[in-house]
Order: sequence, then structure tokens, then C-alpha cells
Amino acid sequence: MGRKILTEHINVPDIHTLAVYRKMGGYRSVEKALKTMTSEEVVEEVKKSGLRGRGGAGFPTGMKWSFLAKPEGKPRYLVCNADESEPGTFKDRVLMEKIPHALIEGMITSSYALGARTSYIYIRGELMFVLRILEKAIAEAYAAGFLGENILGSGYSLDLHVHPGGGAYICGEETALLESLEGKRGNPRNKPPFPAVQGLYACPTVVNNVESIASVPWIVNNTGEEYAKIGVGRSTGTKLISAGGHLNKPGVYEIELGLPVEEFLFSDEYCGGIWKGRQFKAVVAGGSSVPILPAHLFLKTAEGVPRVMTYESLSEGGFVSGTMLGSGGFIAMDDTTCIVRNTWNFARFYHHESCGQCSPCREGTGWMEKILHRIEHGHGHMHDIDLLVNVSKQIEGNTICPLGDAAAWPVASAVRHFREEFEWHVKHPGAATQPGAVYRGAEEAALV
Amino acid sequence: MAKITFDGIEVEIPDGTTILNAARKIGGDVVPPAMCYYTPLKGSGGKCRACLVKVTAGSAKDPRPMPKLVASCVTPVQDGMVVENTLSPQVLEARKGVVEMLLINHPLDCPVCDQAGECDLQNFSYEHGTSATRYEEDRRTFEKQDIGPLIQLHMNRCILCYRCVYTADQLTNKRVHGVLGRGDASEIGTYIENVIDNEFSGNVIDVCPVGALTDKTFRFKNRVWFTKPLDAHRDCPKCAGKVILWTRGSDVLRVTARKNEYGEVVDFICNECRFEKKEMNDWTVEGPRHIARASVISANHYELPVLNPQLIPDLPQSTVDELNNFPRPFIS
Repeated sequence: MGRKILTEHINVPDIHTLAVYRKMGGYRSVEKALKTMTSEEVVEEVKKSGLRGRGGAGFPTGMKWSFLAKPEGKPRYLVCNADESEPGTFKDRVLMEKIPHALIEGMITSSYALGARTSYIYIRGELMFVLRILEKAIAEAYAAGFLGENILGSGYSLDLHVHPGGGAYICGEETALLESLEGKRGNPRNKPPFPAVQGLYACPTVVNNVESIASVPWIVNNTGEEYAKIGVGRSTGTKLISAGGHLNKPGVYEIELGLPVEEFLFSDEYCGGIWKGRQFKAVVAGGSSVPILPAHLFLKTAEGVPRVMTYESLSEGGFVSGTMLGSGGFIAMDDTTCIVRNTWNFARFYHHESCGQCSPCREGTGWMEKILHRIEHGHGHMHDIDLLVNVSKQIEGNTICPLGDAAAWPVASAVRHFREEFEWHVKHPGAATQPGAVYRGAEEAALV
Repeated sequence: MAKITFDGIEVEIPDGTTILNAARKIGGDVVPPAMCYYTPLKGSGGKCRACLVKVTAGSAKDPRPMPKLVASCVTPVQDGMVVENTLSPQVLEARKGVVEMLLINHPLDCPVCDQAGECDLQNFSYEHGTSATRYEEDRRTFEKQDIGPLIQLHMNRCILCYRCVYTADQLTNKRVHGVLGRGDASEIGTYIENVIDNEFSGNVIDVCPVGALTDKTFRFKNRVWFTKPLDAHRDCPKCAGKVILWTRGSDVLRVTARKNEYGEVVDFICNECRFEKKEMNDWTVEGPRHIARASVISANHYELPVLNPQLIPDLPQSTVDELNNFPRPFIS
């Protein structure tokens, strides 16, 4: 049984209320930090913990905090990125919905560490019901003196606001999020300057994911060293994985980083294997923006080393034979999955969600979607497959924000690993467009 | 001051300068193209990705190369930076890709476009594009929008550089237009069929790098290379009043602001100067406008031969003086 940090009390009845949350030891970190620690000491603990951003990029949280520009008469802000919209990722909403005080406690402790007097939770507009839960919890925290003026008599004051976004995927990108929070169109900003220097209202700002912030109370309560003992190497602590797709037991799991992927996928404690006893075909390990991997390369690296659930192990082999842990949006696919259709579906999403600010992303995502649509619907040509790869290369790395990369990687990796399936679609336009038609390897290749 | 190496050429420039502006100090062919960056407009740049360059050494302190190509118009220089533009095949390949992307939805109708001859995209695609497109799908098209009697908006040609939006935002006090929609469905438009009418609205025409925003009072009257550009000025209470008159014979067909060598307006002008003063008498003509020889606008504008009076023996001094003082050809 893996150790639980974030979800330990998640099934306790009424844990969303302050009374029950307090009974389970909630808000201890606020008392400890505000009464016995300086803000620098809190930052130091987070640094020691080795906690890495749980939004997808995996940047060390403590280091990010230490980049925050020194106050020069300007306020500092902490913004919680709760705009979880990556296809396949649904972990943050569980935390916010079930145990909202964990996030609020993390926000208070983290804001204290950063010297922020006003903080924001930017939540995806579609999650209006979660917003209501958070608002209610925040009101409880204000009433109990954990928010507002002079918290617990420590002299530290904090205001916490929840801000619903309009439901655009791009607003999950930190600078677009800040633009949106300022009331503008959610377009990513050019970097530099980074938010740590010029963020919200041109003031030093830290943007952190829900899960990262919710991990801070445990670190403060139990010290960074203790947290760093969990996990493997530079992947410390626990991680929420939202497992979906063709699994016997889809759901949100908290795992200790370093868990063997085979155990995560097949053991009854976690996903319970591929549904209906079917064959495991492919996986998207960290949300739809990371490269897709065929089953054999997911379970073991190209060198035959069994993979474990860590940032490093999953990216072993780079984008040639590896992928990323990303946001932990785990999508398993069985052998009835049409990779071309799946890739088209992803491409459709990124085309729809591109903000349109920079040319390669604005035009390229649409182009890729149209090519994939053609191939999937039996109108493709062989040269389209190379064209697809070439267009993805023109987008990758050439855009303002990572949405371009997020659109390009799934397409490039799908063609890299499942090229024969794309070719089969081109060669068998009639068969490929049949409902449920899927390329199943050598047998069907022989039908050509 | 920072010392940087740009395409093998070393320059020293003030800290905080962008890579693009550093390249412009060198000038010539090494200057990266820019479609969305516009010096007088705060916040512009970084969008079209035409000016991507490779930074092979970040700075003297941290000489690691930058992992991705960077937009030179928004990236500040650092001491010891080494930048590759024309020397990097990766940059040229990326630029080819940007042209291809921009031309996906920009119709190649230069023969009927009013911007032909002074279009940044036309020049950009000529220098960096390919002869054929690989795009086979349908292009996006837009319904025509009426945004008033002075400016024609032709959204089909828009490359969404945002320049006009920044202009409207920073020059005028009654902004009614902006970007609507998202992705490749986004468009420049007015909110609920508004008319763009404020004293400096005409400047959006000058900043538009393509033919999306054109002057309704000039449309289809002439091709720019058949007109004669003259520098002129007038005493204007609203703006600097320094303009270019685009004339045919004694007719003033169009009035625009003056631009520098990178096609950027030096002084924005008011609508009165631009649209209402179309008589020669309204202006004090300073002389012919110098247009770069490389520009298509200089076609058919022949330069006078440069005479060297010394080679002609026994020429009267008065003739020598006359030849020396002959007005400089307006096309060099």
C-alpha cells in the first residue's frame, strides 16, 4: 500500500468542512509556519523537499519560489493554477472538490512563504460547482481567522480570491493565465520577463499548480527532508495520477514516485490491468500533450530497463523512445484503439484551443488536423504522412508558448511509433473508415 | 553596453536592446525580417515568428546555447551573446515554415491587391518562401465588413500581426476594434459592426504589413509604382504634418506618414492630413522621396546618370556648377 499525503483523508465523511478538516489535523502548517517559522525557512523546507511542479513541466517548486524578485515597494502575488484542462488530466478537481481546505491551507502557507498579501485561485470556468465549494471553504477559513487581517495573531494578513476563467485551454499557460486574470484576452506573453520578475499587474508573481500547493502543508508539518525520502532520485514525494482509458479501474490514484509502471498498470491496488482482458496497445502517460508510447516502450525502455513512475524514467530515451510524466494524465489504450483517429482527436483539440497569436501554431495546428482528418476518412495520400511530420516540426519549438509543442508531439510520436497504421489507413480507405476499423498488425498488413 | 556577435559580426550595443535592433545597427542583409514587430508600438512583436534566430551562446556568463530558436524582436541581448541568422540552416528552415504558414490563409492576389509593391509579406515570401505550397485544404474566408468610409478591412488578407490593435490601443482614445475569436478563426474586427472613426485611425493602414487594411480614398486608383512620392509638410495643429504625397502628375492620390528604412512610421499623422488634404496647394513640397532601389516601388523610376564634370574637358564653370547642383535623383 503506497503512502498517501494528499489523499490520506479524502474519503473521510464531510472532510470538505472546516470542522472535520481541522479534526483530521488540518491547518497545522499555517499555525506552525506563521508562529514558529520565517518565510525564508518555509521556502527552504520546500527546496529541501525537492517538490517539483505538478502541473506538467516538473520545475522544482522551491527554486521557482527563490527566483521571485525582491520586493521593491511592489506587492507579490501567488496564483494557483486550477485551470486543469489537459485532456486526460482530472486530478486537481478531485482535490478541490473533495478536500478544498487542503488547497486553501497550502495557499496560506505558500503565500506566507512568498510574502504575498493577496492570492488568487484561477479556476477553469467549467468547474463552477467546484468554485462554489472553494468559495464556501474560503468563507469558513475567513470566519475561523485563517484568512484576512492578522491571521492567528501573527501579524500576517492574506486575502484569497477565486477567479473563474472562461474555459480556454490556453489559460492554463501561466502567462496567459495572468493576462486572463488581469481581465484581458488570454494570450501568452513573451518571455522574458518571467512572472517571477513581472507577473500579475507587472508585479513579482509565482504561479503554481493545485497539487503542488496542496503538498506544501505536509512538507511544512513533516519537514522537507521527510518528503524527500519518498520517491526516487530527483522525483520526490507522491503524485496524483488520473488514470483513464481502457482500464479495469480508472480513477485518480496517489502514488509514490518510483512505483514500477507495471505495478501501477496491472496491480489491483491501482488500475487493475487493461479492461476485458484485451491487449495493451499504447499509452499517453502525462496528459495528451506528451508523446504517445507503444506498450512495449512504456513498460521497458529501449535498452530493456523496466520503467518506473518518475519524471526521469519516463523521459528515458528522449522523444525517440520515451515520453514525459507531465501532469499525470494517464490514458491507456487497448488494441481496439485506432491510433490515427486518436491522434486526429488530439489534433482537433489543439486546433480548437490554439489562441491564434503566433503563426506556426495558429495555422499549423489546423493544417495537421485537416491532414489527419483526410487520412482517417480515407482520403489521404502516402506523402501526407511525411507532410504531417514536417508540419509538426515547423511548429515544435517555434511558438510563443508550449501549446505548439503540445500539439506537435502527439502527432510526431504517433507517426514515429505507429507509421504502419497510418499507411494502412491510406492503403485501405474503405476499410479504414468502417466503424471500429483498427489496424491490428501483421495479419492485416498481409491483406494489402 | 553589451558586446554581441551577430552572424560573425561583432557589435557593441546598449543593454536591453533587442537582438533585432542590434542587427539593425549592423544593417544590410543580416537583419531578420519582421512582420509583427513595430518599434513605435509598445508590446508589439513575438507573434509572427518571422524573426526567429539561433542563439548559439547565451552570454559570457552562461555560454550555453538557447535550446530553441528565439524571436529576435523581443529577446534582449546579453554581453557575450552569439547569434546566428543567415548562417543557421535551422533558422532559414524555420523561416521557410513561417512563410508557408502565413501564406496558408493569405491569398496570393498581389495583382489585385492595393498593398502590392509595398507589402512586407510579398517581400518576405520572395526572400524566404518556396515556389509552391503543400497546403491542399480549403482556405478560410470572411464576410466583408464595413468599418467606415475611410478604411477598408479585408480580413482574408490579414495575418493577425496585431499591429493595428496596438496602434488603436496606443494612439487613439476611442478604440473600437480588436481581435475576436480564437486560433485560425480569429479575426480583426469591430465589436458589433462599429465604425472606426477617430482622428488617428488612418494610421492602422500604415502599420498593416499586408493588404488587410487599405485606404478607401486610394483603393484601385493606381499602382504605387506608377506614382511619384514627394516629401511634404503642412502646419497641422493635430500632428507633425510631415507626410509623403503619392502623386500622379499634379494629382495627389494618397497621403501617408513617412517611414524609415524598416518600413516603420516616423511620425504618426492625423486623418485630416491623410484623407482631407488631397490638393498640392495644401502642402509645402520638400522634394522627391528617396525610395530604396531594391523596392518594387522604384520600378520605372530611373535614376539620372551621375555625371562627372571632370571628365568633360573645357566645360564652362557655370555648367559644372549646374550639374553639381542638379537635384539628386529621387530614386537612388
